[in-house]
Parts: sequence; C-alpha cells; structure tokens
Amino acid sequence: MTEPAFSLRTSGRLRRRQVVSRLMGALAFGAALLAVAVLAIVVISVASRGASALSVDFFTKNQAQGFNPSGGGILFAIVGSAVIVGIATVIALPLGVLVAIYISELAPPRLARVARLALDITNGIPTIVIGIFVFTMLVAAHGESALAASLALAIIMLPLIARATEEVLLLVPPAQREASLALGVSRWRTTFSVVVPSAMGGVLTGTTLAIARAAGETAPLLFLTSLGTTSYADMNPLHPLQSMTLFIFTNSDLADPALQAKAWATAFTLMCFVLVTSLAAKLAMARYRKKLGG
Amino acid sequence: MDSSHADKKAVLQRTRGRLDRIGDPALKAVTFAAAALAVTVLGLISYELIRGSRLAFHRFGLGFVTSQTWDAIHNQFGALSLIAGTAVTAVLAIVIATPLAVAIALFLTELAPKPVRALLGALVEMLAAIPSVILGLWGILVLGPFVQNQLEPFLGSTLGFLPFFRGPHSPTGVLTVVLVLTIMVVPIVASVTRELFATVPPELREGALALGATRWEMVRGVLLPAARPGILAAVALGFGRAVGEAMAVLMVGGATIGIHLSLFAHTDTLAARIAGQYNGASTNLQTSSLVYLATILLVISLAVNIGAQLLIRPIDRRPRRQRIALDRALETQGMSAD
Repeated sequence: MTEPAFSLRTSGRLRRRQVVSRLMGALAFGAALLAVAVLAIVVISVASRGASALSVDFFTKNQAQGFNPSGGGILFAIVGSAVIVGIATVIALPLGVLVAIYISELAPPRLARVARLALDITNGIPTIVIGIFVFTMLVAAHGESALAASLALAIIMLPLIARATEEVLLLVPPAQREASLALGVSRWRTTFSVVVPSAMGGVLTGTTLAIARAAGETAPLLFLTSLGTTSYADMNPLHPLQSMTLFIFTNSDLADPALQAKAWATAFTLMCFVLVTSLAAKLAMARYRKKLGG
Repeated sequence: MDSSHADKKAVLQRTRGRLDRIGDPALKAVTFAAAALAVTVLGLISYELIRGSRLAFHRFGLGFVTSQTWDAIHNQFGALSLIAGTAVTAVLAIVIATPLAVAIALFLTELAPKPVRALLGALVEMLAAIPSVILGLWGILVLGPFVQNQLEPFLGSTLGFLPFFRGPHSPTGVLTVVLVLTIMVVPIVASVTRELFATVPPELREGALALGATRWEMVRGVLLPAARPGILAAVALGFGRAVGEAMAVLMVGGATIGIHLSLFAHTDTLAARIAGQYNGASTNLQTSSLVYLATILLVISLAVNIGAQLLIRPIDRRPRRQRIALDRALETQGMSAD
C-alpha cells in the first residue's frame, strides 16, 4: 500500500462549508435549548412561589371576609371556572361535532371550504374581541352573567373542536364507510354507528385540548363576568361568577403579599391543570393517529 | 320460516325504511344548520361591533384613528398611540421570534436524535399552552425586575447612542412586553414550521446531500425554499396572535398614552387598552370608543388571517397527507389561551 495521491482530510473551501454547517446546527440546538429553558424558568418560578401556599383549605374554603381577606381558599374560583367552562363545553361540543360531520362527510367541496375558512378565521379573532362582541350583544342590556362568559368561550372552543373532529373523521378509513353503505345501511346510520364511534377518541382528545384552552382564558371574561362574589361558591350561571384566571389577574397587582401569594398558588393550580390535561390529550391524540394510520 | 317471524321482519324493514327516509335529510339539515351557524357567528361579530361603535364613529369619524388623545374627563378618544404600540410590540416580537422558531423547527426535524424529538416538540408546545394571565403574572414579578436591573442597563450602556435605548429603566415597558409576546409566538411559529419541514419529500433532501451539499446547504437550498410560503403563513398567524394578546400586555405594559421612541418606556396596545377598561367605562361614548378599538382590532386580525389563508391556499392542491399535516399544525396554533 502506498500513500493516497490526495489527502482525505478536508481543507480549504470544503472545510469552511462544513464549519458553517456545524455552526448553524449549534445555533439551532441553542434555540431549542432556549425555548426549553424559558419553559423551565416559568414553570419553576410559578411552582416555587405557588406550591408553598397550597393546603387543603386552599381548595375547600372560600375567601375569608372582613379585615383579613388573605385567609381561606379559592373554592369559589374553582367552582366558577368549572361552571363557565362546563356550560361552554356543553354548547360547543355537539355543535363542533355536527359542523365537522357536515364538512368532512356531507358538504359539497365548495361549501366545505367556506365553512373551514370561517372556522379558521374565527379561531384567529382575538379573544378580547369575542368578549366585546358578547358584551354589546347581551351584557350591555342584560347585565353580567356566567352564561354570557360561557357563550364567549363556546365561540372560542367551537373551531378547535370542529377542526380536531374533522381531522379524525378524515382519518377513518373510507373502506369502513363503504362497507357499511354496501350493506344497505343508510348514510345517517353509517355516520352515527360506524364513522363517529371510530373517531370518538379523537373527538374527546380534541375537546380536552379545547377545555384546557378555555380554562386559561381571561380576556373574554373581563367584560362578561367580572363582578362575581368571593365569599361563597356560587353555582348559578345567571349570576356573574369568579374564575381562577380572573382571580389571578385581580390579585396580581395588589400590594398585600398574602394576596399575591394566593395569586401565585392559583396560577400554579391552573398551570398544572392546563399543562397536564393538554399534554395527556396530545399524547392520546398521537397514539390515536398512529392507530388510524394517519 | 314461520309467518310471525316474517311479519316482524317486514315491520322492521318498513319502520327502518321510514326512519332512513327521514334520517338522511335530517342529518344533512341539522349539520348544515350547525355549519351555517358557525359561519353566521363571524358575520354577527362584525355586525355587533359596527353597531356598538356607531356612537364613537359619529362623534370622531375616521379621525379616531389619527388622534392620540384618550381623555375620559373631556370625552376625547383616539386610537393612534394604541395602534402604534400594537404595531411596535407585535413587529418586534415577530422579528425576534421568527429566526428562533425556524431554528427550533430545524433542530426538531433535522438534528435532534429520534427519541428526543417527540419530547422536545411536546415541551415547545407546552410553552404555548401556558395561559397568558400566568405569563403576565410571571412577567410582572420575575421577568420585569430582570429587565429593569440587568437587561436595560446593559442595553443602555452598549447601545445607548441610539434613541431606542435611552431613558429611565422600568420593569414594565416595551421591552418586557416584547419578550413576553416572543415567548407566546415562538411555539406557534415553530410547530407550524416543523410540520412544514416534515412534509418536504425525503428524495429532495437526499438528492441535495448526495450531490455533496453540507447539511446547512441542504437546509438553505432545499428545505427553506420548499417551506417558504408556509413559513410566511405561520409568521402571519404568529403576528395575529401577538396583535390580539390582551392580558399579558395589560399586566406588563404599564398602560400609557403617547408614542415614545425608547424601548424602556411604557406602552399600551389596542387589545390591552380594551381589557384594561373593563370596569372603567363611565359614559356611553367611552364604551362605544372601546368597541371602536375592538372593530379596528377585528379588521387587523381579519386581514392578517385571510392573508395567511391565501398563502396556505397553494398547499391545498398538494396531496392529502401534506394537507392533513398542515391542518394539524394550524390546530395547535389555536391552543394557547389569552
């Protein structure tokens, strides 16, 4: 064996190209690291300030009244959030599924495109604008209520649920539909006994994501249900109700450190709920897609 | 077969036939009504906002857009400084966020080892799931002091010859708002871009690499051009998100009137001003002016969103697989709460 006629080491221009490539790779790695670091910093700073104020009382008691409003817990806000988001889900879920069935199963392509475009545009409207819309339509004349807030959240949730459902309906193998139709089963029976059941997992995870999103909304609630009581856990949707997000917002700029601690603890509770539910829903969705072969 | 059984079968068939005759048109009608309702809501929102802003429109006309005053005592309202604040904060946020987001997407699709990809992708998307009121709280009490005590003195001493980096340091100002908005926008742009990169056919990548291109040359020559319209659409969506953000800006912006050159100065945006006045509107004219602001915000977000849809449209002609991937990405961009 003799020495090769040319060097196998990279040099000159090729070497520079490789260095540039590696440098860009390092920058991309740095950007990803930065994003994860920011997430960690936010989660850790909320957890370290919020976790210490958590107790059984925090979840089961209402705001203490009188001179010492720092005592007690946030049961009223948890109940209020649950009522507002619950009603919004009851409105948005069936509507969203029906819209998705129309778009993916029944509509002529042109109408399907119009409906899909309308959903995407609604999804892009700032939530504060949706809040103002419900305010001028209902609240300006009839006063604040949790129901008005639920309506605003339902408008926010509808496109999310409809688009997620549409996506899983598209994943249901056409052969299943065709088999059912070939057996002489009518269109609507096919839809409700074959297509929707096999898409159910996707519908539920999409709804869970929409609930996690709605539970974190503050802006649309400000004009619609800001006057709720903190002294007891009101459940009447015709009253304005407190919510966890409104409580964080109103307590965030108060000077009393005890109330700020409560805002942090509420933020920690809400963050855990939102992150855990949306992570679980995303994992379930990924598994479900794999199952249907998307 | 005995006759009773045959009878039963006949009855069953007849009732089923009748149900099916009603069932199919009924399903079509009900689902159509639901879809029509979803489209109508969009029209209804526009109608209500225009109706609600009529009072302010009659009083101020289009001059509302070019006036800087917001004076509740003398009942004079204008949107110029809010429009300026919205434009400055949203543009700066998207300028910082776009290269970061594209870099993250590149790392996730091209460089990260396979097992890490899913986890990292999920973590980046988690950033978008944090409610903005929590980011606002964090912005006031954690990020704000850091900006005031570290970042602003540093920028002031190194870049202080520019008018943008002068003036008293403050925890709440343009800089803090821009950073919070960047945190919100990055995951949106990154997740859409990532799905776009994933749909670029592997043959194109492999072809470039086989011709001797380095990985970066492959990215610059193949991946980025193939994904460009989609990335622009993602940037538009991120911009729309930054424009519409109310809570975090309200909490860390420091609500002010007037247009300042300095990034250390307080600022206010359309969305934040509306949100901040939720219990402060004392006159009908002031309420109507808030609705006027919401109408301007609606027009901006409609323009941005329709623009983004037009950019995506060519992709609609691509194979179903890619379309689904993009749809999926667009869904996740709506998953962050305001």
